[in-house]
Amino acid sequence: MAYHKITLTVNGEAEQVDVSSNMTLLRMLREKMGKTGTKNGCAAGECGACTVMVDGEPVNSCMMLAIECDGKEIVTVEGLADNGHLAPIQEAIIDSGGVQCGFCTPGILIASQALLDRNPNPSQAEIQEALVGNLCRCTGYVRIIEAVQAAAKMV
Amino acid sequence: MKPPPFEYYAPTTVEEALVHLAEHGYDAKPLAGGQSLIPMMNFRLAQPAVIVDLNNIEGLSFIRPEDDGSLAVGAMTRHQMVEKSELIVEKAPLVHETMPQIATSQIRSRGTFGGSLAHADPSAELVCVSVALDGEFKIANQSGERWVPAKDFFLGLFTSVLEPEELLVEIKLPPFPERTGWSLKEIARRPHDFCLIGVAAVLTLDENNKCQGAKLVYLSAGDGPVEATQAAELLKGQDMTDEAIRAAAEKASAEEIDPSSDIHATAEFRRHLANVLTRRALKEALDRAKGN
Repeated sequence: MAYHKITLTVNGEAEQVDVSSNMTLLRMLREKMGKTGTKNGCAAGECGACTVMVDGEPVNSCMMLAIECDGKEIVTVEGLADNGHLAPIQEAIIDSGGVQCGFCTPGILIASQALLDRNPNPSQAEIQEALVGNLCRCTGYVRIIEAVQAAAKMV
Repeated sequence: MKPPPFEYYAPTTVEEALVHLAEHGYDAKPLAGGQSLIPMMNFRLAQPAVIVDLNNIEGLSFIRPEDDGSLAVGAMTRHQMVEKSELIVEKAPLVHETMPQIATSQIRSRGTFGGSLAHADPSAELVCVSVALDGEFKIANQSGERWVPAKDFFLGLFTSVLEPEELLVEIKLPPFPERTGWSLKEIARRPHDFCLIGVAAVLTLDENNKCQGAKLVYLSAGDGPVEATQAAELLKGQDMTDEAIRAAAEKASAEEIDPSSDIHATAEFRRHLANVLTRRALKEALDRAKGN
C-alpha cells in the first residue's frame, strides 16, 4: 500500500508522519503518535469521543483522513494543559464532578475548549448546542455544563 | 472500523479532479467533507478503490452574490462558513435558519454544502431546502458543464443525476420575491439527529394578503425530497386562514408524502407529525411574509 508523508503540528509540535491513505486522523493520533487520550467510540460521528481541534475547529477525528491533515494544526486533549498546569476547563470538570467513567471526557473537553475559544461567555443554551455532538452515558450532562460555566468564569 | 485501502488523489483544480474521475469511473468517489463517506467507509458500506479528495480545490469554496440577485455557493463551502455568512442571512434566510439544525458542530466544521446535496440523503435538511428554494446545481464534466434544477437533481435514495465522472461544483439560490416568508420545522428523537420527519415551507403573499404561491417540501418523507404540490395548489389564491392551512396540512400529510415505518416511528405517526409541523411551518412563514 502506498504511504504518504505528511507534515503537521500536533499540540504545538511539528511532526512528520508516514500515513497510509486509509488511515483516519484518529488512528494516526492513537497508533502512530501514542496520543491515546482521544477515544475511538462509534466511528460514525455519533458520539464525539474522538473530537480534536483541527485549525481551531472541533472535528470528529474518526471522520477525517490523516492525509487530509497535511499542513494543519491539531490539538488533542493532551495539548490542553500548559506546562503541566491543567487548563481551566480541565480543573472545572474535575471540581464539578463532570467526569465519571471518563471515556467521553477528552472529546467533551476539546468541544468545550473550542466553544470557549470562540465565545468566552457562553449561555447555557450555547453550551448545550456546542456539546450536542458529544454523548456521555454517566453524568447526565448537568455537571459538564456547570463545568463549562465555571471554566468561563475562570478565564 | 477502518476504511479499506484505496488509491488517493488530491487535485488542486476542478479540471484535474475531472480527469481522475473520468479515468476511474465507478471505482472512484470524490471526497468532500467526508462526514457521510468516511463513516460509510469505516463500516465498509462503501469501498471505493480510488478517492479523489476535493479539499485542496480552493476555487470551490465561496459564497458570492450574483448580478441577478441570486446567491452562488461553492460546492466545497463548509457548513460552518455558510452558518456564519452575513450574505446568507441577508439573501437566503431559510438556509441561515437551517444550518444550525444540521448535525453537530463537529460535523459542520468539515461537512460541505455541495457534499450534503451530492450525497442525496432524503433526511438531509439541505436536500429539502434546496428544492424549496428552487436552487439550481451546476455540474461539471470533461466536456463542459450543465445546470440542473434542484427538483430534477434527486432521483431517489442516495441517488442523483450525477454521473460518476461528474462533479457538483456550484449551487445557485434565487432571491425570494417580495412578501415571502419561510420556515423549516423538524422533529428528531434527539435534537440534531436524523429527523423523524421535517418540512420546509416557503410562502409568497400578494398585495391582498392572499397566497400567491406556496411550496412545501418534506424531508425523511420518502426516497427523496417530497414536494407536496397539491397542498400548495390548495393554498394558491386563498386567504391564509387557519382553515386553509389545516386543509393544506391534511392534504400533504395524508396523501402526498410517503414516510416509512422503522424502530423510531411508524409511518402513521410520521404523517401525524407532518400534519402538525406543516401547520406550524405555514403559520411561521405567513407571519414572516407579512413582515417582509
